[in-house]
Amino acid sequence: MKKKFQIIINGKKIQAFEGQTVFQAAKKHGIEIPAFCYHSDLKIKANCRICVVEIKGIKDLQTSCSVEVKPGMEIMTDTPRIRKARRINLELIFAQHFEECNDCVWESHCQLLKLAKKQRLKTNRFIDRKKDFPVYQFGDALIFDSSKCIDCYNCVEMCEKQGVGFLKTKNRGVHLKIVPTKDKNKDCIYCGQCIVHCPAGAFEGVGEFEEIEKPFQQKGKLVVVQFAPSIRTSIGEEFNIPLGVPITEKLVAGIKKLGVEKVFDVSVGADFTTVEESKELIKRLEGKGKLPMFTSCCPAWVKFVEFYFPEFITNLTSVRSPHIILGGLIKTFWAKKQGIDPKKIIVVSIMPCVAKKHEITRKELKINGLFPVDYVLTTRELAALLKKKKIDLKKISPRKIDTPLGFPSGAGIIYGATGGVMESALRTASEEITNKPLKKLEFKQVRGMDGVKKAKIKIKNHLLKLVVINGTGQAKKILKELKINPLAYDYIEVMACPGGCVGGGGQPVPVNLEIREKRAKGLYKVDRRKNIRLAHQNPIVQKIYKEFLNKEEKIHTVCHTKYSQKKKQGFKILPPGQH
Amino acid sequence: MNPQNIIKKIKDSGLIGRGGGEFPTGVKWEMVKKALAKKKYIICNGSEGEPGTFKDGFILHNYPEELIKGIKIALKTIGHGSAYIYLRKDYYQKFKESLKKIIRVNNLPIKIFKKQGGYLCGEETTLIQDIEGKNFIPQVRPPYPPEKGLWDCPTLVNNVETFYYIAQIIQNKYKKTRFYSLNGVKNPGVYELSEKLSIKQVLEKTNNWPNFNFFVQAGGGASGRILLSKELNQKTGGVGTIIVYNLKKTNPTLLMKKWVDFFFKENCGKCVPCREGVYRLKQVLNQKRINKKILMDLLFVLDQTSFCPFGKSVALPFLTLTKKVVQSK
Repeated sequence: MKKKFQIIINGKKIQAFEGQTVFQAAKKHGIEIPAFCYHSDLKIKANCRICVVEIKGIKDLQTSCSVEVKPGMEIMTDTPRIRKARRINLELIFAQHFEECNDCVWESHCQLLKLAKKQRLKTNRFIDRKKDFPVYQFGDALIFDSSKCIDCYNCVEMCEKQGVGFLKTKNRGVHLKIVPTKDKNKDCIYCGQCIVHCPAGAFEGVGEFEEIEKPFQQKGKLVVVQFAPSIRTSIGEEFNIPLGVPITEKLVAGIKKLGVEKVFDVSVGADFTTVEESKELIKRLEGKGKLPMFTSCCPAWVKFVEFYFPEFITNLTSVRSPHIILGGLIKTFWAKKQGIDPKKIIVVSIMPCVAKKHEITRKELKINGLFPVDYVLTTRELAALLKKKKIDLKKISPRKIDTPLGFPSGAGIIYGATGGVMESALRTASEEITNKPLKKLEFKQVRGMDGVKKAKIKIKNHLLKLVVINGTGQAKKILKELKINPLAYDYIEVMACPGGCVGGGGQPVPVNLEIREKRAKGLYKVDRRKNIRLAHQNPIVQKIYKEFLNKEEKIHTVCHTKYSQKKKQGFKILPPGQH
Repeated sequence: MNPQNIIKKIKDSGLIGRGGGEFPTGVKWEMVKKALAKKKYIICNGSEGEPGTFKDGFILHNYPEELIKGIKIALKTIGHGSAYIYLRKDYYQKFKESLKKIIRVNNLPIKIFKKQGGYLCGEETTLIQDIEGKNFIPQVRPPYPPEKGLWDCPTLVNNVETFYYIAQIIQNKYKKTRFYSLNGVKNPGVYELSEKLSIKQVLEKTNNWPNFNFFVQAGGGASGRILLSKELNQKTGGVGTIIVYNLKKTNPTLLMKKWVDFFFKENCGKCVPCREGVYRLKQVLNQKRINKKILMDLLFVLDQTSFCPFGKSVALPFLTLTKKVVQSK
């Protein structure tokens, strides 16, 4: 038990705990202290000097993020001296941050703007020193506009934490800047964690938000929108809907109001992924193929393996990710049923992810010369588009999703949280192996927000050694373990982002552990309420296997893919004004 | 003498760190001694980066045996340890051979490390980063080096002069003196005199009292405060540096520009007030008419909100110069 004691903040007595920082203690009691470089996922750096407070007995102002509480400590969080210091530091920060507020991932939640308003900071006495700084593009996924960077290095730390180290600091003093590395052994995996950990909106997805209308403006085409499992419990945040509340049918209504005729659910694609993946797992367990098997629905994780650990490529399951499978089915099975030329269909995926923007360009995914998915918009991008069209998901009346690809099993829904893919595959594989209905559907051992979750599960005569990982930095450790002990595990799920897709790089900001937990909880709630909770029991899955995916060759074309060692793609510098 | 007695003796001597931080040496030693760890480190800080300061170089040149004696006492007192002598580049070139010889003869676990970074590496957490081969950027404290320092082990960082005086204390030769670096005077150089002397007394005793109107910068050649000749009945402080300026011939704006260039060059870029503030300070000083309001605002955040002592120290010379010298002109 941590020691409890009393401190005083702004004259109010407050219960605090040993080891808590002043910032944390204040926050816990509803006293907001502005801070930019602070992020609960990251180490305390105390760079921005905005969260300063007065502590009785200490002459200079102290940063509340770095000072731990002590019994009897007397703290003031808002005095003329503090306001003056914050105002000047904020002015200095704004003088390095080239504003582009109408096109920013932070939009109305911007901490910088909020403080500027509070301080009534209207003009800046200093000239923007970064306005000619370069804009970088990483692959087809990410933009880094360094003219907006406030040098807090949250992104550098996050990139390092991901085991990537593509972003680094260069030079010292005022010449210090954050740059993508030229080291040929390091490349961006497009996880987008830099985006959601940057307080200044210096990172964004490619096309965010300039090209959000483009997918819907193609003449003579039929637009089909499919949305990922995790979107239903995260997009609500952009419309002041309480954290983690699932709003599937409001989301459908919102998308339809954009003029979209058909809306499908990527979770149905997830059900196909599950069925194929559990088949593959069983095969590998029977000695046909390498163990452990790795999941592959996270494209950032796939890139991580292809670039950093190509020796493990054959461990990746060949099963395609859910939205790629569903996109493929839309352009084959569904197009045929509807009598539409697949060339005339535009498939738009709403994803929690920017790596998906890269994934859809992989040539090996083409079916009959067509990419299964034509555009990826992030959760943030869809929210921005809806707001632009004055569509409020809070107020809108729910609408039913379209048949036949709108009705997933519960297993398909939980794909959005870390452990979900593994749990879905285990549900199906268990029934497959034992030939008996599964009594207990929940595999709680693989749930939760821990970076690495290990479990041993007995199914008939197999004792499966499982690991579920969120964060590629954690995955690196397990891969290193596998180099020494190749058979340490049988099945490994990796999601590049903390918490899985609920914490993805395309999700609304801010994000932190509490928010990721709530988004995940919402998904498990949807699963619990479903009548059908096993992927292979989903009627549409059964129907499509019977009518369409009834030959190995067809299954292979629509549901499987291949991977190869990747060379460094690095970055390009965009000409000014072109992003 | 056992470790407890050594620490007691250091405490009783009243010795405070001579690197500018003025922390009681005995207390620091006790913290490192009490820390539970299998491995501990001792670092002798010879980075001496303040302009006009050269007393550590003087000790390295004249009293290397005494310095090593001081480190040896620390090794014995702290236990489980090995030591580094951290030297700025020119000191490394000049003194590494003579130091190595003494270390070899005494068979001591002491390595000599050539400083890679600049002025900031005199700050202990930055210095530790340098030895660890990382970026020279100061770190959040706590944890303080005595708890968690070099490679996360409890670490004692003391200045060259501090170790010299440790040897004097244990040999009962300490007479409460310190080393002064004197600049801008008739007889510049390093003097060992009582630590109790006022600046006035130091200048008089060394036969350096100027015969012209003057002001001084005391404590350090960049971070020290400005004092008028009538204000010299106070101790020097800081790293013991005194610089005398001719009141008539010195252009305060040029002097400020010199300082700001130093701070600009040595800045690590970690925190907002220092990185952005010093940059804007440089801009302000380069304008024809200095905007006093902006100048004061920048100095305010530097003083009040900088991350490390480096940034905090920027304000003092500017504030005292503008208040005393600029206004008197």
